[in-house]
Amino acid sequence: MQCFLTERSTMEKMSRVTTALSSNSSSSGINGVTMFCHLDAPANAISVCRDATQVVVAGRNIFKIYSLEEEQFVEKLNLRVGRKPSLNFSCADVMWHQMEENLLATAATNGAVVTWNLSKPSRNKQDQLFTEHKRTVNKVCFHPTEVYMLLSGSQDGFMKCFDLRKKESVSTFSGQSESVRDVQFSMKDYFTFAASFENGNVQLWDIRRPDRYERMFTAHTGPVFCCDWHPDDRGWLATGGRDKMVKVWDMTTNRAKEIYCVQTIASVARVKWRPEKKFHLATCSMMVDHNIYVWDIRRPFIPFATFEEHKDVTTGIVWRHLREPDILLSGSKDSTLYQHMFKDATRPVDRANPEGLSFGLFGDLAFAAKESLISGDSSRKPYGGGDRRNPIFFFKKPDLTEQFAHVSSALSVFETDLESNRMDWFVKTAQLYLLSGKPFADLCDHNAKVAQDLKRPQVSTTWTMLRIMFSDPANLTMSGCSSFSMKDLAAERALERSKCENRLDNIHLDPTNSHITNVNEENEETEGSEGQAEYMFGDAELDDDDLYSMEHDNTTVEQEEYTLPSEGFQLRHVIVDHPSAPEHLQQDRADSPHVSGNEAEVTCLTPIESFSLISICQPLYSPQLTASFFCPIVTEMLTFYAEQGDVQMAVSVLIVLGERIRKEIDELTQEHWYMSYIDLLQRFELWNVSNEVIKLSTCSAITSLNQTSTTLHINCSNCKRPMNNRGWICDRCHQCASVCAVCHHVVKGLFVWCQGCSHGGHLEHIMNWLKGSAHCPAGCGHLCDCLVVRESPVFRPDLDRPILTWLGLELPRPDQFLARTGTTACPS
Amino acid sequence: MRHAVAPTESVGNNSFAVTNILKICSHCERLSKKDLGVRIPRPLGNGPSRFIPEKEILQVSKVDGRTQSIFEDAFAALGRLDNISLVMSFHPQYLGSFLRTQHYLLQMDGPLPLHYRHYIGIMAAARHQCSYLVNLHVNDFLQVGGDPKWLNGLDKAPQKLQQLGELNKILAHRPWLLTKEHIKHLLKAEVHSWSLAELIHAVVLLTHYHSLASFAFGCGITPEIHCDGGHTFRPPSLSQYCVCDIANGNGHTINHDDLGNHDLDGEVEVLMERMKQLQECDEEATQEEMATRFEREKTESMLVVTAEDEECVPSRDISRHFEDPSYGYKDFSRGGDQVPTFRVQDYSWEDHGYSLVNRLYPDVGQMLDEKFQLAYNLTYNTMATHKDVDTSMLRRAIWNYIHCMFGIRYDDYDYGEINQLLDRSFKIYIKTMVCSPEKTTKRMYESFWRQFQHSEKVHVNLLLMEARMQAELLYALRAITRYMT
Repeated sequence: MQCFLTERSTMEKMSRVTTALSSNSSSSGINGVTMFCHLDAPANAISVCRDATQVVVAGRNIFKIYSLEEEQFVEKLNLRVGRKPSLNFSCADVMWHQMEENLLATAATNGAVVTWNLSKPSRNKQDQLFTEHKRTVNKVCFHPTEVYMLLSGSQDGFMKCFDLRKKESVSTFSGQSESVRDVQFSMKDYFTFAASFENGNVQLWDIRRPDRYERMFTAHTGPVFCCDWHPDDRGWLATGGRDKMVKVWDMTTNRAKEIYCVQTIASVARVKWRPEKKFHLATCSMMVDHNIYVWDIRRPFIPFATFEEHKDVTTGIVWRHLREPDILLSGSKDSTLYQHMFKDATRPVDRANPEGLSFGLFGDLAFAAKESLISGDSSRKPYGGGDRRNPIFFFKKPDLTEQFAHVSSALSVFETDLESNRMDWFVKTAQLYLLSGKPFADLCDHNAKVAQDLKRPQVSTTWTMLRIMFSDPANLTMSGCSSFSMKDLAAERALERSKCENRLDNIHLDPTNSHITNVNEENEETEGSEGQAEYMFGDAELDDDDLYSMEHDNTTVEQEEYTLPSEGFQLRHVIVDHPSAPEHLQQDRADSPHVSGNEAEVTCLTPIESFSLISICQPLYSPQLTASFFCPIVTEMLTFYAEQGDVQMAVSVLIVLGERIRKEIDELTQEHWYMSYIDLLQRFELWNVSNEVIKLSTCSAITSLNQTSTTLHINCSNCKRPMNNRGWICDRCHQCASVCAVCHHVVKGLFVWCQGCSHGGHLEHIMNWLKGSAHCPAGCGHLCDCLVVRESPVFRPDLDRPILTWLGLELPRPDQFLARTGTTACPS
Repeated sequence: MRHAVAPTESVGNNSFAVTNILKICSHCERLSKKDLGVRIPRPLGNGPSRFIPEKEILQVSKVDGRTQSIFEDAFAALGRLDNISLVMSFHPQYLGSFLRTQHYLLQMDGPLPLHYRHYIGIMAAARHQCSYLVNLHVNDFLQVGGDPKWLNGLDKAPQKLQQLGELNKILAHRPWLLTKEHIKHLLKAEVHSWSLAELIHAVVLLTHYHSLASFAFGCGITPEIHCDGGHTFRPPSLSQYCVCDIANGNGHTINHDDLGNHDLDGEVEVLMERMKQLQECDEEATQEEMATRFEREKTESMLVVTAEDEECVPSRDISRHFEDPSYGYKDFSRGGDQVPTFRVQDYSWEDHGYSLVNRLYPDVGQMLDEKFQLAYNLTYNTMATHKDVDTSMLRRAIWNYIHCMFGIRYDDYDYGEINQLLDRSFKIYIKTMVCSPEKTTKRMYESFWRQFQHSEKVHVNLLLMEARMQAELLYALRAITRYMT
């Protein structure tokens, strides 16, 4: 047997001195360090003797007593004797008598209850054996004050009370249900014990009355694995169940009242009140989660302290001494026995982030932070060190470790002024964009126009560019208008370029100037603008090698063009010049302002107005350049928009381009864009658009969004009960639920109804009705219209949440109003 | 157990068995053939089960409201009322829970796509060569948009599903060999790896269909009319009858001679007597004795000869859904691979399995829990003709015997009871049904518990099915838990 000390030994020693000095507060006077030892087998339960000097560990293959030394566990006794130990040694539970220090009891998995007397001289300490239970015994419990009274609870649904002076049980209590999971004598009431059951019930019994329980209540859904009486407060019982809850019940009233509830992350296997601390209890879980938590039941959302040492589920926890709140012992399936010191515990609250930040849909900003921080901010006190949680004011508190870090937060909401209505363009764009259903060029044109109308020229231009790049050249030359816009565009681009180039001598590419025509506030990103500016010279983005090979490609391509019927532009001259341009670019990018180079550039680009300028660009638009040629630049463009926050543009382009670009972009990135856009659309309640986007997307992860959660829960319009049955006949009132409230006919096909009052009917009828009246057509008095009025959305503050939804209609944004009602005057 | 059997003499005008609806008299058939050129299929089997006479199984038009609504729900969910449900309707309480769970597993929110679920069902059922389930799910699989190519064999399915083949094989035949390495292999594959939630879903589906295959064979479920082997286009032979005959009031009754049953009088009484004795006797077995009893029962269960040992080669049609057809149930204690006994006190469904399943696949743990409990606790306090009998002892013996076959031991159970309560022919039936269900024959079904009613035999089948499912699940979940810690 090896015993170890955990690391930080020097630290420990130092702090031990301090605890020794300050331990006057704990009446036990016990000191210790965090330590552990390996057991030979997984433990099922542990128990300490009254003076807290020894601990017994029991499991299927282990039954040993360890003494608790200053810095280590020392094995004292192995109670598992015999070469082939019987199942009586296979313990589900163990308890050390709190009055008689030589007396132990175990519950065996085969249904035996065994008592052990350590004062026996023989090697086998087994004292009594009760085999009255038919099934596994889950729990044994000694009476806290009575020496000879032992209680057991078993899988067979019975609890038995044994008098250790007799050979058999003195009374049997039948829970009238299967599986008793825990039995606990009340600490204060001599005759009372509590039993918890697999079916979720907790029963209270009087030990003198085996015929009937005193009281029963349902504490949990699913098994109640454990219960524990409060050591000081006689009325309090804590229970833990498979439903991951710990509940504290007040038993002093007529009906057991749930006074506290802690939600943990896994089923609760054990619960133990912390000595001397009225509101603290420790829990460990049955599965998955290996940690031990100490909760302050008044703060149910975050554990007060956590012990994270175990590598497998913790099966037994016990506080070392009745008067010592700082030492916890635990046994685990990972075959270790630990002594945890409270000062070494992890404090999750220290790591929790008490600040929160959230953006509203319209640019409002809500910000919650510690009050101390806020006040500091307002008085402009500098906060040094950057450590925001520097708990200066905590130190004033007398006992730092026992104080749950008290955090009160202040919530501030910063509003953007409503007039600016910054997101209008988003909604409009989403509604007006066409994403499918027309030829590619038409879609681009349409979207470009939409963007233009919304005064977003950059976006508009992008759409036009896309059309030019990916359209059939035939279409281009066919329509005069399109070639015209192309010309404009080219000119504009060239202008931009020349400006940039001219400035290059002095400064870097100035982003704001690179897009002269753009008034959009979004063109602040340098990279993005660059991408745009160099549009025409797409190959400039490539490395040297690529660059040259690309040139070759270009020339060969262009030579071929001779043979084709040309459009009559005089291209040839420029083509010769063309190779020089990238070279310059290369230099420019290297930030070496060669005058000669720039001059060459200027000569090449000066004739801005001239027709030949278009021809600079023309080769790029020529049909010989496959669409894939543009893909890198388009990809970059999409990334640029997405980075800027205009994920709408990225997704729209992605959908419109479809197969042309899909392969070029990382599937995950696409998915990410789609998700963000859909999320935005849904927050704006643009359900139809969001659905369209989902439908048109090519990511499997996105399209499958429409296939999940397709169940709609509805209420019967007659009796207002939920409709369980599939179909339209209500179970309870046997009426057809889909009757139109206006015409009283059964609705086939589109059915529109109010989720508030369950009435509805034909779409047209309801729409017509609501034009004339605000109330429900069924006469139920429900105000169904308030969310359908489009022109002047009036949100009614008396409805605490937007329960009304007329399916298929766009809604105003109730959450927005909700957010405002708290801070500003309500509109109505 | 309850007598869900309809009194035979009251077969009236408007109560006819289900399959009869599909029978059409030759006159009608001639007409329709001539006029419309339609070939009308006719069902091959008589009723939903080969073992149970059709008239014993509940009559659709005579069910109580509760079963009626369960049937309606099932029909609304699947568009059919399959033979399994019809046979289970002996026990409507259980049927409700069963259908709810199955519906949830196949159609509700879950980590796996719909066609994967059906394909996994096919894989699992194919392991036991259960053509009934395979055909059923092949249809469903295609209906939810599955790729027909996959049906040509597991090697045509995606890599991800192929990896599941190994788990399927082990779970179906030797679940005790499952280790955390298997789980790791699935979860940590470089490509096509499974997520934990998906894996749990798959495991639940696999075990569900393995055990359902047991049930299908155990009750001799006949193929659905729309599936292969469920119908024929041949004209009816003279002995068969038509809907219109029944409408005329000529109820059709086949008089099954119950002669065979009478020479075994007292079988039930003997069983009841034994149960009583066991309850009374306080004979205390020593610990060693208890331990050896378990081992003996475990070993013995291996030696129970499973039926006629004729080598039934799976039809190609089915075997293409799984690999390694020779891999079957191997008796582990005989085969030399000694497996440590699985102690249910260390890993039980209620404490551990439930939490794990519910954590990774919400609500399913709850549903399975309900289903297990219903199956385990189902009783009508009857045995054959006797009323007010506490059958808990018998049910527990059956349940634990099945778990024992899988090496699962209850510390608090005296395995001597099994020997007292389950006779040899019953053990053979259980063993065959659980370990190689495809070998179940009508003779086996008939040779155990001859005096018991069919509803009670179906009840036994339910117990077997659920116990088997739980056993497989326990091994699978334990492996997953070990992987996680």
